[in-house]
Amino acid sequence: MIGASLPILRLRAELLARTRTFFAARGVLEVETPMLSAAAVTDPHLASLVTVYSGPGPRHGQTLYLHTSPEFPMKRLLVAGSGCIYQIARVFRDGEAGRRHHPEFTLLEWYRVGFDHHRLMDEVVELVSELLTDRLLLAAPEWLSYREVFERYLDLDPHRVTVAELATCAECLEVPIPPGMPMADVDPWLDLLLTHCIEPHLGQGRLCFVYDYPASQAALARLRPGDPLVAERFELYLNGIELANGFHELSDAAEQRRRFEAENGMRRIQGLPAMPVDEGLLAALEAGLPACAGVALGFDRLVMLTAGKDALAEVLAFPFAWT
Amino acid sequence: MAMYSTNEFKSGLKIMLDGDPYAVVENEFVKPGKGQAFNRVKVRNLKTNRVIERTFKSGDTVEGADVIDIELQYLYNDGEYWHFMDQQSFEQVTADAAAMGDSGKWLKEEAICQVTLWNGVPLSVAPPNFVIMTIVETDPGLRGDTSGGGGKPATLETGAVVRVPLFVQGGEVIKVDTRTGEYVSRVKE
Repeated sequence: MIGASLPILRLRAELLARTRTFFAARGVLEVETPMLSAAAVTDPHLASLVTVYSGPGPRHGQTLYLHTSPEFPMKRLLVAGSGCIYQIARVFRDGEAGRRHHPEFTLLEWYRVGFDHHRLMDEVVELVSELLTDRLLLAAPEWLSYREVFERYLDLDPHRVTVAELATCAECLEVPIPPGMPMADVDPWLDLLLTHCIEPHLGQGRLCFVYDYPASQAALARLRPGDPLVAERFELYLNGIELANGFHELSDAAEQRRRFEAENGMRRIQGLPAMPVDEGLLAALEAGLPACAGVALGFDRLVMLTAGKDALAEVLAFPFAWT
Repeated sequence: MAMYSTNEFKSGLKIMLDGDPYAVVENEFVKPGKGQAFNRVKVRNLKTNRVIERTFKSGDTVEGADVIDIELQYLYNDGEYWHFMDQQSFEQVTADAAAMGDSGKWLKEEAICQVTLWNGVPLSVAPPNFVIMTIVETDPGLRGDTSGGGGKPATLETGAVVRVPLFVQGGEVIKVDTRTGEYVSRVKE
């Protein structure tokens, strides 16, 4: 694995500098939060790398998890009255390596107090357009709800579809169906069709936002009552590659605790270890998170697209060998 | 047999799918922003050589295939099966027509072959890259034509037919590249 050339490292540095200028001009504060935590993300689809602190001090021998995103401590800062904040953080994910995945990568994560997810999507457009100026010429951005995306590419309503219908659709499109797909849960089937049949089409030559996800895929987004109930969550795609995930942030502590526990329950069913939940975050939500929206953008992928490259290994110094 | 997680997939790994042995050709990790990750793999069926696509949920396990490549010495063909011997253990191994493909036509007794065994049974047999054989039949050529252009068919002692230059005569010994089936040169005995 060769790694990034010097011109690409210079491009990366320039994009980082422009990002900082962008936020400084808007009065968004740069922060840093710990990479190591005694609590970890409970999402069964995320695996934290683990280490042990060997002292000195009372935390001697404690298991610590490398963060998969700086979300929890950043929300605690918001509760503490930080106002709008951003962070450029190296994050770590076990079990993720490939052309567009790397076990450690740079996330640009920011929170805007008083924004909802739509207003934040507008700011994402402004930032990405600013970073891509003179590099990549894009058509006007596109906004599609999760339902519109499935209707457009598969002629299915993702909020009402059954596992049987999704399986039939996969067969018609000659998507190889993985062994052991659950028959009582539509989400893995939606993910299968999304990754195999839809994502490659999204955002070709333009930014494409997908928003209003099924409530079952809310993660840390707030739910909006209605028929169907949807999660105020969005994803950004450019040239078929997922670049960012954002939420109109959930601020209900009881609901957050329910989601953590449900995810740990799913972990147990799947034979994965349950994770210690972040009581610091729950206590902060209890105290009151200001209404806000937040987004995390995969910075290395943005560098990759800006540089016209196809693999993260081409934009990282000393990439992880995965083949 | 060992189980392999999708995290251990790499090109060349031999796995069992639907009762057949396959080799991993390509492995791509895909994951939506949140949610289920998948490994999209291209695998080659070691019986038919056909490449197909499969998808696995990341982290799932698949049974490994007991597939090894060894060198065996060709002994004889009984009309239905080809018999080989392991020169270390002196164990004998029998290959059927499906495993032989068209390799049989290049085999003279004692030839050393690369044999792929699945559960101890040959899946495929590769002849030596180059073989030396006597021509048993070819049209009389034009003496003095050494251009090599054109050529004519020549039947070898094993029954294989190759194109040889016009100047090559019946009874002569030639060297053939079995990978392309092409004449290389005459061999002085």
